[in-house]
Amino acid sequence: MLKGEQLSFRYSPHHSWVLQDFNIQIAPSEIVGLLGPSGFGKTTVGKLLAGYLAPTSGSVTVEGQPLPTRGSCPVQLVFQHPELAMNPRWRIRQVLAEGQSPAPELLQALSIDSSWLSRWTHELSGGELQRIAVARSLNAHTRYLIADEMTAMLDANTQALIWQAVLDYVRQHEIGMLVISHEAPLLKRVCDRIIHIE
Amino acid sequence: MLTVQNLSVSFTQYDTGLTQKQLTVITDLDLHVNAREVVAVVGSSGSGKSLLAHAVLGILPHNAQISGTILFKGEPLTRQRQASLRGKAIALIPQSISYLDPLMPVGRQVHQAARRAGVATTDIRQRVDHTFSRYELASTVKQQYPFQVSGGMARRVLVATAAVGQADLIIADEPTPGLHPDLVAETLNHLRQLASAGKGVILITHDLEAALQVADKVAVFYAGTTLEIAIAEDFVNGNLRHPYTQALWRSLPQNEFIPVPGAQPNPDALPDGCLFSDRCPLVTDACLTERPSLRLVRGAPVRCIHAEG
Repeated sequence: MLKGEQLSFRYSPHHSWVLQDFNIQIAPSEIVGLLGPSGFGKTTVGKLLAGYLAPTSGSVTVEGQPLPTRGSCPVQLVFQHPELAMNPRWRIRQVLAEGQSPAPELLQALSIDSSWLSRWTHELSGGELQRIAVARSLNAHTRYLIADEMTAMLDANTQALIWQAVLDYVRQHEIGMLVISHEAPLLKRVCDRIIHIE
Repeated sequence: MLTVQNLSVSFTQYDTGLTQKQLTVITDLDLHVNAREVVAVVGSSGSGKSLLAHAVLGILPHNAQISGTILFKGEPLTRQRQASLRGKAIALIPQSISYLDPLMPVGRQVHQAARRAGVATTDIRQRVDHTFSRYELASTVKQQYPFQVSGGMARRVLVATAAVGQADLIIADEPTPGLHPDLVAETLNHLRQLASAGKGVILITHDLEAALQVADKVAVFYAGTTLEIAIAEDFVNGNLRHPYTQALWRSLPQNEFIPVPGAQPNPDALPDGCLFSDRCPLVTDACLTERPSLRLVRGAPVRCIHAEG
């Protein structure tokens, strides 16, 4: 179980609260949607749960333990813009190796062509790069995946392609997911339940 | 208003050392836009949507070679004509609000856009006021800087910069990426209003759902070519002609959410035949040898030899 309890966050005591007393639980194999207008702290929830930000108060636990501070984090986050989440001076092969090179079956499921591996990140399109980002996040240690507007920049076909591969993988490996989006039809399609932030 | 026929764009690039290679990024692209019409251009990234906009505006880089015809109001768009029309008869609504000058009050930016569009000096003030009230921007907003206005207001300012002149053709390049549905609907409504006022509007987007909310026609781009120019109702009525368009519709989450596997062909290794042949369920030998030409099937142009009337 991935648990966020009484999560509150603000950048400093001079700033207003981005998030206050927010509770969330995600079970293994469960897919939870997070829907709400921009500026309501959806992305902050994702960053807190994945350990990118430390909560001002409250706690995040995975199977009862706090998030590890070293090694691979069991909660992985995929952002909207893959080009900002990769080192532009690395080739794709090196980018993938960051999350322990993924299994060939996963690469195939995501339609990642082996010729891409020797390319630089700027040589691939947004849809191609996002598949790389997803493959990188799904390593053997990953127990929970947070998809923050993972396919908002992509066309319908690429969106469905990435989602089908991700859904297959998380079902097989009993991974819990949090899907952050403002596309209600997408959330209805992929999620077991949806949380509305208002 | 605008006719694009058999447009091809290729880039000359240096490979290793002094060897050059040709990257064909747009092949046999067609598009037709009338006044009072919103034509959506949809396709995945790398399908040539933005390059089309750049080709029409004449802002492609110098290593680009262009062939084919672009007619604006019946006359060819030459480089000189493009330079004199851009920002005047042809206006762009850019993708992001970061295109606003962060150091200039938004009122002055709209004012400048009007001046550059050739509005008579005596009329500018009135025109700007009129445009501001039309987009429900209070006149106090004029003195504010982009960072002081909300995201939704900044979007309206962007539309205002394009609408303040007398442009006949408006190109909106991904005007709604990652926006809240209310804001998407508002921006699309503005485009519809511009078309109703007699302008031609090109809406470039990857978001098929957004396109269908507002467009009269939807041109589907793939690997730099036009596969089909469908009428918007064709999607809902199941009257689509090209297998890729059908697949695109099927892959929406509110429909079947089933994708076609694979990826667009690479621009340096385009197939000889149909550009969609390696992913097409209907592929036959004839598809692999020759590029299908655009033909009319059930009243709309499609580039597929298997589409039936």
